[in-house]
Amino acid sequence: MISLRGRALSATLDRPLTRELWRLVSDKIPGPDEAVIGSGGGTLNVVRSGGDAGPNTVVLPPHLDHLDGGDIIAVSPDGRRIEVLWRARSRHNSLLLTERCDNYCLMCSQPPKERDDSRLLRRASALVRMLPPTAHELGFTGGEPTLYGSGLVSLLRTATQCLPDTEFHLLSNGRRFADPGFTAEYASVRNPRLMVGIPLFGAEPSLHDYVVQARGAFDETVSGILALAQHRQRIEIRVVLQKNTAPAIVEIAGFIARNLPFVEKVALMGLEMTGLARANLAEVWTDPYEYRNELAEAALLLRHAGIRTDIYNHQLCVLPRRVWPLAVRSISDWKNEYLSACMSCSVQEACGGLFASSAKHRHSDHIAAIPHPTPRAREAISSAQPQDMVMPAPP
Amino acid sequence: MRQRLTLETAPGPLEHLPFRFERWTDGRVLVTNMVGEHVFLSEAEFSALADLRIADPALLRTLRAKHVVRQRGETLPVELLALKYRTQHHRLADFTGLHMFVVTLRCEHSCGYCQVSRRTVARTEFDMSAETAVAAVETAFRSPSPHLKFEFQGGEPLLNMEIVRLVTQEAQRRNRDEGRQLAFVIASNLALLDDEVLDFADEHDVYFSTSLDGPQDLHNGNRPRPGRDSWERTIAGVTRIRKRLGHHRVSALMTTTAASLGKVRDIIDCYLEQGFHDIFLRPVSPYGFALRPRQRRAYDMAAWIDFYREGMDYILELNARGTPVVETYSALVLKKMLTNANPGYVDLTSPAGIGIAALLYNYDGAVYASDEGRMLAENGDMTFRLGDLAEDSYDTLMTGAALLDPLEESYTGSAPQCSDCAFERWCGADPVFHHATTGDPVGRKPESAFCNRNMAVFRYLLDRYTADPHARELFHAWAAR
Repeated sequence: MISLRGRALSATLDRPLTRELWRLVSDKIPGPDEAVIGSGGGTLNVVRSGGDAGPNTVVLPPHLDHLDGGDIIAVSPDGRRIEVLWRARSRHNSLLLTERCDNYCLMCSQPPKERDDSRLLRRASALVRMLPPTAHELGFTGGEPTLYGSGLVSLLRTATQCLPDTEFHLLSNGRRFADPGFTAEYASVRNPRLMVGIPLFGAEPSLHDYVVQARGAFDETVSGILALAQHRQRIEIRVVLQKNTAPAIVEIAGFIARNLPFVEKVALMGLEMTGLARANLAEVWTDPYEYRNELAEAALLLRHAGIRTDIYNHQLCVLPRRVWPLAVRSISDWKNEYLSACMSCSVQEACGGLFASSAKHRHSDHIAAIPHPTPRAREAISSAQPQDMVMPAPP
Repeated sequence: MRQRLTLETAPGPLEHLPFRFERWTDGRVLVTNMVGEHVFLSEAEFSALADLRIADPALLRTLRAKHVVRQRGETLPVELLALKYRTQHHRLADFTGLHMFVVTLRCEHSCGYCQVSRRTVARTEFDMSAETAVAAVETAFRSPSPHLKFEFQGGEPLLNMEIVRLVTQEAQRRNRDEGRQLAFVIASNLALLDDEVLDFADEHDVYFSTSLDGPQDLHNGNRPRPGRDSWERTIAGVTRIRKRLGHHRVSALMTTTAASLGKVRDIIDCYLEQGFHDIFLRPVSPYGFALRPRQRRAYDMAAWIDFYREGMDYILELNARGTPVVETYSALVLKKMLTNANPGYVDLTSPAGIGIAALLYNYDGAVYASDEGRMLAENGDMTFRLGDLAEDSYDTLMTGAALLDPLEESYTGSAPQCSDCAFERWCGADPVFHHATTGDPVGRKPESAFCNRNMAVFRYLLDRYTADPHARELFHAWAAR
């Protein structure tokens, strides 16, 4: 597991740093926003643990020794606190834009905090300008990024201009998109590589509103999805399977297939045992083994509705084989682990494994090695033509 | 400390959204919402729905999710229903997409169930003229539809290839300016298929639709021709088309006769042996020659329903064993049942498909609202004759009472016994059938073979969908086709 923040072992700075973000370089003369990793000579030098603390040098703690040229870090003015914002060798980079949120999901992995953290938005804007144009993918998460309104749209516009070839994924609860003015502004960014991922936890208000702990959220979220569709925006729906949503998963899938068939993608996701999920364990935990058949039915129903459907964060041994082709090795490289039972498994390579948090706190009681992969295991599932709805023109 | 929201199923008073229902003999009640999404309830649950006293939270969630009830003042369920309803009807704006050309009445077959008043091969006065053909293409292009399908019928259209070629070339010439999506299909028994026809089909992307009633003896018994070799010639034609143009370029249709009853498994096996994985279990039509009282061929709808059920049981069994087979009509119904898409099948739409989904141009220049409408005319009933290409403008053809009256009267949203039927969204209006059998475009549904057949199909499909997870998954796949 890779750590993304830590305290420097030592920091020897002449004076406080005047900039926060630094791109690490190892084999070139550093520019004004670049720090040298490994050896000295720059405005700021970063050495791995065990290295010499020369002038203007920050010594990394051992767990950040993975840093290398191309990575971008945030450093506190005194050089003591280091945060990794961009890992050049990872395909899973995402930026936290705020910890504020108007939902309070029972299983939130990033529990909301009510305080002004708009510096995160400014920092994201600066980071986007520093990224290489070859950056493959960048996620924007929260909290709820749309709480910034126009501020978020400005960031997306900057990102679109600086990184025309990068895929962007925004994670939002979708409620703000119920405001037609905001959705029109969002759509005006006109970035075909921008997709918004919106969680949906029920097929009607009561269940969804309970799971997100906000009355009226379902109506706003679904209205938001419809407004985005009117503007032909790319939409992903995310459903987290937990104790309340798992029994309703076929109903939720049916609702999406029938009412929101225009969405580009649906992600059916296992619970991540961090944040509020651990605090609310009794209210949210359910063994994936118990809902495996319903999950498979829901996934195939969506596929037959022409919607690309992926299953995330589920180990192959708790999934019916007919949906193995839909299971994605999704867990970020710095989050996934395997149990001892997995070591003799014949399909471990194809399996996403477990979140480190799940391995530690709670995972299915049915994790077991699969002795022989069946020859049909990775056979493709036929997909259907996408369906559309005849939407009225946007206002 | 944050105040925890409890799982409250319905914080406010409820009200009904439009729904319809149908009782099952086992006590369950089928409930459908205004766009045809369905749910089965127990008798007690149905009473709770009727009285709006729904204590079971899971039931209430389902009824809200399926837009059967809403909380007073909620607007989202109505918006979503409107969106779905609008999507189901959007093909109406496209108007007529299917244009059938009866290029000749001549045929070398003499099938007992033929819907057409066939003429012998020598009688060329029953061929379509070049003037008529060009006028018909002109009329077809008056339709605003972005997709135009030209279907050549007969008689046997291969007996008048000159006109088939003329229509195809004329349509393609016109389309150079129009840029629509054109499709061409020849409905043929394939007995007269030759290299010239194949060259032509290759050059113009023409598809073939043929008749295959099942095994050799059944087929040849149903479809006599000189030499009693209809089956052999059809199979040979299918093989040649596939070899020359590709497997998908020919499809087959079967007609159920009295001789077919009890043989549905053999018929399906025959289709599979011949490489057809789509089969349409189709009852005989009560038109034209087929309407004549030849009791030997007659059977009632109850017999066909048994035939269909047995066939579907077998088809589901085959699929479960890994052999893919689709029953085409069921797949059309399932698309209407499980999605908002309208497959545009002319016999299963409301408003009816006559005229506004399909038009038929007869060899003599007469324009009919449907194929069946022309058959009635061959027997002296001109009800669905919209006019004549030589005399009437497109506007006259499409706005006359011959078309508009039956469309309006048969509309299932208002027709007696259709408007309150739980299956209404999946069904269609067939004014020609009801006119032919009862003398008016609406008919009395309990006596209607059209209604009996569709009810039986809906009930069969729902029973399998509900009881059998494998069938459910398969049906979703069919609906997606």
